[in-house]
Amino acid sequence: MGVIQGDQMVLNIGPQHPSTHGVLRLEVMTDGEIVSKITPHLGYLHRCFEKHSENVTYEQVIPYTDRCDYLASMNSNFGYVVAMEELMDIKVCERVEYVRVIMAELNRIASHLLGVGAYGLDVGAFTPFVHMLRDRERILDIFEYTCGARLLYNYMWVGGVSHDLPKDFKKICFKFLDYFEPKIDEYNQLLTYNKIFVERTADVGVLPADVAISYGVSGTNLRASGVKWDVRKEEPYSIYDRFDFDIPIGEAKFGTLGDCFDRYWVRILEMKESIKIVRQALKEIPEGDIFETMPKKIRPPKGSIYRRTESPRGDLGYYIESDGSPVPTRVKMRSPAFTALSCLDEISQGWMMSDVLCILGSLDIVLGEIDR
Amino acid sequence: MNRSEIQSLIEEKFPNSLIVNENLQGNQIEIDGQFWKDIATFLKNDPKLLFDQLECITGIDTGDDGPLQSRYNLHSMELRHKIEVIISLDRDNPSVESIEQIWRIGDWFERETYDMFGIVYEGHRDLRRILCPDDWEGWPLRKDYELQETYHGIMVPKVKEEEGWE
Repeated sequence: MGVIQGDQMVLNIGPQHPSTHGVLRLEVMTDGEIVSKITPHLGYLHRCFEKHSENVTYEQVIPYTDRCDYLASMNSNFGYVVAMEELMDIKVCERVEYVRVIMAELNRIASHLLGVGAYGLDVGAFTPFVHMLRDRERILDIFEYTCGARLLYNYMWVGGVSHDLPKDFKKICFKFLDYFEPKIDEYNQLLTYNKIFVERTADVGVLPADVAISYGVSGTNLRASGVKWDVRKEEPYSIYDRFDFDIPIGEAKFGTLGDCFDRYWVRILEMKESIKIVRQALKEIPEGDIFETMPKKIRPPKGSIYRRTESPRGDLGYYIESDGSPVPTRVKMRSPAFTALSCLDEISQGWMMSDVLCILGSLDIVLGEIDR
Repeated sequence: MNRSEIQSLIEEKFPNSLIVNENLQGNQIEIDGQFWKDIATFLKNDPKLLFDQLECITGIDTGDDGPLQSRYNLHSMELRHKIEVIISLDRDNPSVESIEQIWRIGDWFERETYDMFGIVYEGHRDLRRILCPDDWEGWPLRKDYELQETYHGIMVPKVKEEEGWE
């Protein structure tokens, strides 16, 4: 008798599938229930961000960056303006730096809430998702109160921000933080220590550190593999070197280092760190004029720059090439979710079909940013 | 390690591989494309360099019949230094060796640059378009790119000078 070999079957997931977190098609080659190869097909949300950027002025690029990572628009803005200011050699005023850090960290919490909540949804826990959306709503309310928009803010401008904080912002923000901090323990009771959730995620989809680095995986996914790497600490931009916060890394809490549970758990821990940063920033924020350092004309000198910042999904880099005119020659966005998705094939081989969506969800991808 | 130290290490190992260009700034170096794969292997594995992270591959069109460029941002997580490698490519036949098997993320980054600029990465095992549809015509981010009229019978909207969108 020869070797018994099952037939290979091709299964398409998406493009319209709730668990792909957007419009993504996965071509999955399966051997029975076991996955042997995954080919992701991207581009369904491609909106030509880079081509558009070459036809608009530098300040007009900012609203486009909003729409790339629509769950963390503040962080997308932040990356772009940090790169632009480095290119133009602008030192923005103290108050603006603090306002930006507060907004970026609040947006990080909001993004992680959705990432973690939707992950629960992916593996079958519906209730935590609703609780997390409820709390995310409060952050969006704060954003709306500050700049009038709930999702796509166009808030950070080169050299400043579009609106100053409202007078009672401190009070409202502290109130939210006091409300939100104990909620994290509630999530832990609801989801983190839920036996079904742990069984479903621990030991699944292990991403070893060397593979992660080779695939350019960054941010929470990389830290979950035990690499203590955070751009906010290692290459501090803005004023992140002034704050006291930790970098949570994966600790193999229930399974192997770098499994789905670790990636989930690092996000929960990071929300606590963001709360710490926002509290410190709110206490130290100085008075000042937010339009003081805003340039009248944005015309960077000839040259190019690559700068990366830490978005909720990882290293968000912008490559900007300028020829001295008000229109960029080239803007390239190096998106963290793009690199995270590229390792999906490698880490899901040999897992069951039902684990693929569990692994995909744990990478916390946003298709708007992958396809740009 | 700074740029000049890295430069001299490369010069020592691969004579005549560096191209002198006065317009380079910061940590940029320009090299001859034919040495690229060997230099990349050297950059990654040499104990003094250890560039383990490929941050980004950017394609640049210098315009006006100038060359296309492939730019690589490298970073070493262990030794904390950075370098940006620039390779200029002939506009009519842009091709350079693939480094997809040295840094695995090169796979998708190279596919993206191929998709947008038509730069062929030789030795890439799966070089096809990634963001545009497979049967798209032309290389969208080149400066001389012209939109196709129709795509599968669908009109492709064009920007008209002064009038805005058609």
